[in-house]
Amino acid sequence: MSAEKPVGIVLVSHSRAVAEAVAELAVGLAGGGTTAPVAAAGGTPDGGLGTSSELIAGAAAQVDRGAGVALLVDLGSAVLTVKSLLAEGDELPEGARLLDAPFLEGAVAAVVTASAGADLNAVEAAAVEAYNYRKV
Amino acid sequence: MSEQDSEPVLDVDFFRRWLTTAAASMEREADHLTQLDSAIGDADHGSNLQRGFRAVTGALEKEPPATPGATLVLAGRQLISTVGGASGPLYGTLLRRTGKALGDSAEVTPAQLAEALGAGVAAVAQLGGAKAGDKTMIDALEPAVAALATSFAAASAAAEEGAVATVPLQARKGRASYLGERSIGHQDPGATSSALLIAALAATAGE
Repeated sequence: MSAEKPVGIVLVSHSRAVAEAVAELAVGLAGGGTTAPVAAAGGTPDGGLGTSSELIAGAAAQVDRGAGVALLVDLGSAVLTVKSLLAEGDELPEGARLLDAPFLEGAVAAVVTASAGADLNAVEAAAVEAYNYRKV
Repeated sequence: MSEQDSEPVLDVDFFRRWLTTAAASMEREADHLTQLDSAIGDADHGSNLQRGFRAVTGALEKEPPATPGATLVLAGRQLISTVGGASGPLYGTLLRRTGKALGDSAEVTPAQLAEALGAGVAAVAQLGGAKAGDKTMIDALEPAVAALATSFAAASAAAEEGAVATVPLQARKGRASYLGERSIGHQDPGATSSALLIAALAATAGE
């Protein structure tokens, strides 16, 4: 589980503040030291609420180290925009993958496992498993 | 040559005019669409599509594509990158998938367009997970595709009828679905803008 290249993580939210704060939280919980590359793609380029394919593509390129990029999304247009970018085939890096996971819990699980050197499949499994963590 | 009743041929200029006409409709109806969206959505449908279709016409002027297929693919990409809401990837997928299905022919027949549009609508349904009766774009687009075999005018009428028929429906997809029964009694904004797109197609064909 110690691949040389880390999986990149992109956090896509309708809100820049949410994406950046979740990124900060996930990196913080991954513990000190070097973590996997994480980028927030929140809101529209002018700072409003929404989804920007440009910011998403830019964030994915920024964290791509050649081991795949895991994208976590909040809802609605964030889900649809990433899906349509993946269907387009040339705007996201090779090995980009949308994870079916809760946004915050999945982000923490993904960043922690990716920082431990896990490959994309293991990062995905950890993030998806976050759905099983019941709170009551 | 695109206004004959018997098997007209649709060239790149026809598709450019369709999108330009659609853009004008989105400008004209932006307030109405946003008004519909404020009842059951987040009140941005009109302004989002206005921005998206402005980008489409801008891109078509700047780098005019050579084929019908390329025209729709370029328009779809513009919508995905500029709309900022769910209608961006949905309309973007509709136009792009339709464009890809048209291939790189210089001219297409209405029958070929009907088939390609069918593929585009199927891709939208798949992307959003919506089916007929969910109070979405699909409720206008599916009947339009079915009626396209008859004529552009029939497709436009079917789309409009489908949009109006969303009024009594309860939303099962998108943000409006959070409202549950309170979504009943409002016309779906996405179905409404879809009807505008098909009406623009019929107007471009002179029907």
